[in-house]
Amino acid sequence: MIRYTLSRLLALIPVLLGVSLLAFLLANLAPGDPAELALSQGDQEPTVAEIEAKREELGLNAPMPLRYARWLGDVVRGDMGLTYIDRVPVLPELARRIPATVQLATTALLLALVLGVSIGTVTAVYRGTLLDEAGRVLALLCASLPSFAVALILIYAFAVALRLVPVAGYGDGHPRHLILPAISLSVFTMGALVRLTRASVLEVLGQDYIRTAYAKGLSKPMVVLKHALRNALLPVVTVAGTQFGQLLGGAAIVETIFAWPGVGRFVVESIYARDYPIIQGFVLLAGLTFVLVNLATDLLYAVIDPRIRLGAGAQGGGDDSA
Amino acid sequence: MTVPSRALPAAPAAAGTLRDEELYAVGEHSPWRAARRVLWADRAALAGLLLLSLFVAIAVAAPLLAPHDPHAIHLSDKLQGPSGRYPLGTDQLGRDLASRLIYGARATLGSAIPTTMGLLLFGLVVGISAGFLGGWVDRVVVGSVDVLLALPRLILSLALVGFLGPSLQSLLIAIIVVGWADHARIFRAATLAAREWEFVLAARALGASDLRIMARHILPNIIGPIVVLATLDLGHIILMISSLSFLGLGIQPPNPEWGAMLNDARTYLDQAPHLVLLPGLCILLSVLACNLLGDGLRAALDPRSRRR
Repeated sequence: MIRYTLSRLLALIPVLLGVSLLAFLLANLAPGDPAELALSQGDQEPTVAEIEAKREELGLNAPMPLRYARWLGDVVRGDMGLTYIDRVPVLPELARRIPATVQLATTALLLALVLGVSIGTVTAVYRGTLLDEAGRVLALLCASLPSFAVALILIYAFAVALRLVPVAGYGDGHPRHLILPAISLSVFTMGALVRLTRASVLEVLGQDYIRTAYAKGLSKPMVVLKHALRNALLPVVTVAGTQFGQLLGGAAIVETIFAWPGVGRFVVESIYARDYPIIQGFVLLAGLTFVLVNLATDLLYAVIDPRIRLGAGAQGGGDDSA
Repeated sequence: MTVPSRALPAAPAAAGTLRDEELYAVGEHSPWRAARRVLWADRAALAGLLLLSLFVAIAVAAPLLAPHDPHAIHLSDKLQGPSGRYPLGTDQLGRDLASRLIYGARATLGSAIPTTMGLLLFGLVVGISAGFLGGWVDRVVVGSVDVLLALPRLILSLALVGFLGPSLQSLLIAIIVVGWADHARIFRAATLAAREWEFVLAARALGASDLRIMARHILPNIIGPIVVLATLDLGHIILMISSLSFLGLGIQPPNPEWGAMLNDARTYLDQAPHLVLLPGLCILLSVLACNLLGDGLRAALDPRSRRR
């Protein structure tokens, strides 16, 4: 297990370097001269000499590979530079908004997991019945509805018409503020998990050991819960990891609608304001988070399924996260 | 189109997910024959096809169908309900909602369909080149694919649009830059297998150039299943375009695009909920159509789910 963990950790290094290179190149690709942008505050136009001095100060005249190396060195030490607009360090600005986003994404993932796995299992066990049809239609609708439409419909129904929950905002942190954003964010993932669980349970239910379990006289709930579900949930674990990354992305939209004080909304605002260092820092953090979550998923998978850490399924297991 | 019996070895797959390689382990390689078969038998897929065709027809015939100019402002008629003059009512500026929805189909599909094709084409060229040429080309492609797949799509698209500046052009570039990796991976895997097919070896023995082998011998034999998957992709791209337009980062107002219209209507949610519901319904139905059709076609190509 330790060896497996180490090999997975080593495999992360090139990917993380690639992500950092991408973030660096993106920021350098963006229109506008960072030196000029850094000097332009208010109405004052910086002079050519001032810009040139600033370029020298920021090290912008050095060749690209050298700049990348310096920048990467800073980033590793936690220095992501200053924001363009307010001239404050980027990392703390992002960091203090992360908890709200993680709270939202985790709640949404849990909601999607609980509902998705239960609905998926029920549709598989009652395959071909009306219940199955209803579950499949629901999953299809969830996969076809954009989160912002769900959010607005929920706001209209529960906040405007029925006045059960607040329309938007974080408030005092009371869970009632979290309900609508979490549901809106979870819908798409839930649909995906219903379909995945259904297919997975159906496949497992066709296996010989399930017939054996029935043959030795076990009841249906016993067979489904203890024998089928345990094996059927393996692929769900992998997909849940990938989905968490998608939820972090989707949070940008949901946070904007609900005025949720998270990273996603902050980044969307920074895009409007063209504050590139914030966008760059966000790509780095999101890449790091996503890669680590996938690592955790892989390790968890290996704990649950001994075939992987013992190497038999090595080529089959690693590929599915993509 | 016939294909040699040699197929990729079927790798053990996670339950319920169709592995890319398995698409090629099917005896029946003609996607058109598979499509015909599934559409006759699968009512859901047929409904998807009809619905999608309907949206395409609306998009093409928008100027003939729309009762009003989608940009014409009638402030005295703002936020009206359905009437003889305005079949679905008007928005906050008194613009005809029906006309804006009809032109919205044109804006959404008119950008989503070319983007899907651009994505396929880019993935195709890169994937086949990597699989066929190998060496450093392959290493660069595989490395880039790994990095791109290591980032959530929406986050990367958001960032790209942010750096390029919000516009429809940036959005479409972002979608292609972020999305080609999946296609390239699949095309590469297929090309790696195709390289060993007898007739490819024969063509090579006859002295055909790399380009000729890739274009004339490999491409026609691996493109089918991926075209089918593009249907599913179209649904995702419609969602992406409307999501970013909703955020004001894609198609810009006052152009009628469903996501952007939803954003405009947010403020009037309590007075005119239909301004939110109807564009939402259009997005739902168009993505649903792609999903229904794509699911049906995918099931038809999946050897394990073939029941008929």
